Amino acid sequence: MIKFLLSRLLQAVPVLIIVITATFFIVHAAPGGPFSADKAVPPEVIQALEAQYKLDQPVWRQYLGYLGDIARGDFGPSFKYPGRSVNELIMAGLPITAELAFYAMIIAILIGVLSGVGAAMRPNTLQDYVPMTLAMIGICMPSFLLGPLLVLVFGIQLELLPVSGWGDIPGDKILPSITLGTGYAAFIARLSRGGMLEILSQDYIRTARAKGLRETTVIIKHALRGGLIPVVAFLGPAFAGLLAGSFVVETIFQIPGIGRFYVQAAFNRDYTLILGMTIFLSTLIIIFNLISDLISIWLNPKLRDEVSNG
Amino acid sequence: MDKLNNITSQVEASSELKSSSLWRDAWIRLSKNRLAIAGLIVLLTLIMISLLTPIIAPYGYEEQNLAIGATAPSEEHLLGTDIFGRDMLTRIMYGGRVSLMVGFVATSVALVIGISWGAIAGFFGGRLDAVMMRIVDALYALPFMIFIILLMVVFGRNILLLFLAIGAVEWLTMARIVRSQVMSIRNQEFIEAAYSIGLTRWVIIKKHIIPNTIGPVIVYTTLTIPSVMLLEAFLSFLGLGIQPPQSSWGLLINYGVETMEEYPWLLIFPGMALSLTLFSLNFLGDGLRDALDPRASKD
Repeated sequence: MIKFLLSRLLQAVPVLIIVITATFFIVHAAPGGPFSADKAVPPEVIQALEAQYKLDQPVWRQYLGYLGDIARGDFGPSFKYPGRSVNELIMAGLPITAELAFYAMIIAILIGVLSGVGAAMRPNTLQDYVPMTLAMIGICMPSFLLGPLLVLVFGIQLELLPVSGWGDIPGDKILPSITLGTGYAAFIARLSRGGMLEILSQDYIRTARAKGLRETTVIIKHALRGGLIPVVAFLGPAFAGLLAGSFVVETIFQIPGIGRFYVQAAFNRDYTLILGMTIFLSTLIIIFNLISDLISIWLNPKLRDEVSNG
Repeated sequence: MDKLNNITSQVEASSELKSSSLWRDAWIRLSKNRLAIAGLIVLLTLIMISLLTPIIAPYGYEEQNLAIGATAPSEEHLLGTDIFGRDMLTRIMYGGRVSLMVGFVATSVALVIGISWGAIAGFFGGRLDAVMMRIVDALYALPFMIFIILLMVVFGRNILLLFLAIGAVEWLTMARIVRSQVMSIRNQEFIEAAYSIGLTRWVIIKKHIIPNTIGPVIVYTTLTIPSVMLLEAFLSFLGLGIQPPQSSWGLLINYGVETMEEYPWLLIFPGMALSLTLFSLNFLGDGLRDALDPRASKD
């Protein structure tokens, strides 16, 4: 197991280097420098700025210098937010995005697992059809449509909830969290239904029932562990999706998290901010994929044997 | 003698039935699934409308009527008009052409790359497989949003690039599915039999392995199209996808959000168009999965 963990960690290193290198060179191939948008700047000033950000050096030296900085955990200064470092900007936005993602995930897992397991317990009844139809609606209702519609109904028509900001007015965290979480709740509901249905048709479940165990005991003690493997495997990729979703949700609800910074950085051509955030987010995604892999293995005895034998 | 003939013909009939039974059974199961069939019909209708849009659209694509501005749905404009007095039904029809085209073209790109990649990795296994799947992992780890955003910023926001970029992202899961399918097939007896009669590896991959992965591939393809369309809409919503004067449902939703307080129909109708399409594709995909999954057919 430890050997497996180490090998996976070692595999993550070249992946990260590929990500850093690819992003670095794509960003540097972009036409139009970061300062080209500013009108009527004297050429000397641009030269001075480029010298300050080391843009006058050959690309390979910039690259090596950047690698060195990253190794020390320093993403450098931001181009567009003068006087602030990329690290500061990430640290300012991260807690907000993390909180948003956390609430969204809680909503998604609670609603998703409960309705999915419930549906699997009584397949092809109302208890199955109703949540599964709702889940389908949730999947087909992208966040950039659901968000504005929720704003329209609960914010503007009913005037029940605030429609922008984060932590300024009580209740302003509700709509963004629901907007971000709904799609995942729907996905998790379908995955847990599918996983549970498969497990519930297995022989060991029949054995458990034949022993005379109560249905709730069968579900909780025997079926859940296997039935939720697809859900756990989904959590890693879901995390990456949550980050992408935060781009939209934070833009709609004007939340100052990393998602909004990221979109703005792309529009502003803020090289260092894009680079730093890409690398930072990639690292997070790799870590979360690793964790979700490990939990999947821990839950699934077949995979566990494979890992300890191979 | 008559009786014997009768039995023979019955046996023949039944064996004939058996030879095509997988697809026939699948079709029978699919046609019993009302939601899937409804999805199929809606989808075919939408495709027809998209193909015929230049002929059947009630107004011209660029036709403005600043005098009337944004109006609510009426008899002349079934879905209302936007702030420039442009007919929303027409705009949604033209937007749908772009959205559907992105969905189908980008999915085809993903399909071709994904199947070849997954089949080769799964079939040869070993080190080649490890290297190929590491590459897939590496690409998975690359947050695709920035990947596409970067490409759009670097090479200009053009639609061809959007196809390629989305296709280049979406093939990854396809490769994984095909690979695992191939790995489970390659050790079965009929592959051994194919070797023993002297077939080459490429023939075996082409004639025996890929056809046997087709079920999951069809299912996943049907489910990839909506996710591609969603991705395009997502990018267009952020202003990083389709650019005006071209239009897509994502872009229309983006415009709709800006004015939703005064003119909610500008948000609601394009949103409904997108959701309805995603619905149909997902129901069809689900139906196909139930129809083609042999395990589901047991009970």
